[in-house]
Amino acid sequence: MSIPWLTAEVVEIAAETPRVRTIRLAVPGWRGHLPGQHVDVRLTAEDGYQAQRSYSIASPPGEPAIALTVERLDDGEVSPFLTGELRVGDEIELRGPLGGYFTWTVERGGPLALVAGGSGVVPLMAMVRHRAAQASRIPAHLLCSWRTAEDVIFRDELARLAARGDALEVTHTLTRTAPADWRGHTRRIDRELLVEVLPGPGARPTAYVCGPTPMVESVADLLVSLGHMPERILTERFGPTGGRS
Amino acid sequence: MRAAPGEDRLRMDGNAAAGMLREVFAVEMTTASCTCATCSRVSALGALHLYGGSMGCVLRCPSCEAMVLSVTSVPGGRFIELRGVVRVG
Repeated sequence: MSIPWLTAEVVEIAAETPRVRTIRLAVPGWRGHLPGQHVDVRLTAEDGYQAQRSYSIASPPGEPAIALTVERLDDGEVSPFLTGELRVGDEIELRGPLGGYFTWTVERGGPLALVAGGSGVVPLMAMVRHRAAQASRIPAHLLCSWRTAEDVIFRDELARLAARGDALEVTHTLTRTAPADWRGHTRRIDRELLVEVLPGPGARPTAYVCGPTPMVESVADLLVSLGHMPERILTERFGPTGGRS
Repeated sequence: MRAAPGEDRLRMDGNAAAGMLREVFAVEMTTASCTCATCSRVSALGALHLYGGSMGCVLRCPSCEAMVLSVTSVPGGRFIELRGVVRVG
């Protein structure tokens, strides 16, 4: 097998939302990654049964530990363990980094049109964090769709990053319920929202769209209909549930 | 050859099969381009439509949905069928 399974040690676990945890892993033998890449995580039960899922890396390159931000899927085989039972000091098996297609570094330039549905923000967060770590001023717009305000991941960090005045803009929209003091958008991502928030096709942005399959396909189709070039629209579909399969 | 009705919602991207493709080809393949044998569309493997999971998968052309390649798990390894692709590089 050409890419080895590595043993990673959990060095930190942080709650992002009631359903989402960020797990920091020290991975001896890790060769570095690009923003947008993922790892395969493999769990082995005492009887030998194995379950394997892919998780996007949330941290930028160059940090001593890699961060996976994982949403718990109630009917999942792996995410309930990762978000509920895993403890600091535990070891898990992973392999990676994987997937060179859905990646971005500052060398690729911009502008960037980043669109996330729920935990689809995770690989885009690695790109945004990398951009900030490199002190890049490449124009970048991040549009995030969430069900409720309680589901928003990285809210404070994204607000801080957007306040740096370095040409990053962050927009949130809530699709189910919004608190009374919510001043953002309150609808699914539609044509008007894409026009309002993202750079137009004339700016020749590269779009990265990540989330549940129906959302990703809706956004990608809308971007094409608005005149964006299909070859500049990169998609990462999570499948029907919103979790990685 | 097309995806069956109802399969659309299960669709993912070839990029998600990066680990499985790496097992078979031994190098990163999602950025390699391939030419569909049915409609001649050139796509990155990472942009193909993926159906299936860790036990095996089918990758279909995003333009015509014809099967480009499939990976099947068997005891001791995996094998790949490439009948839907005329060029990879």
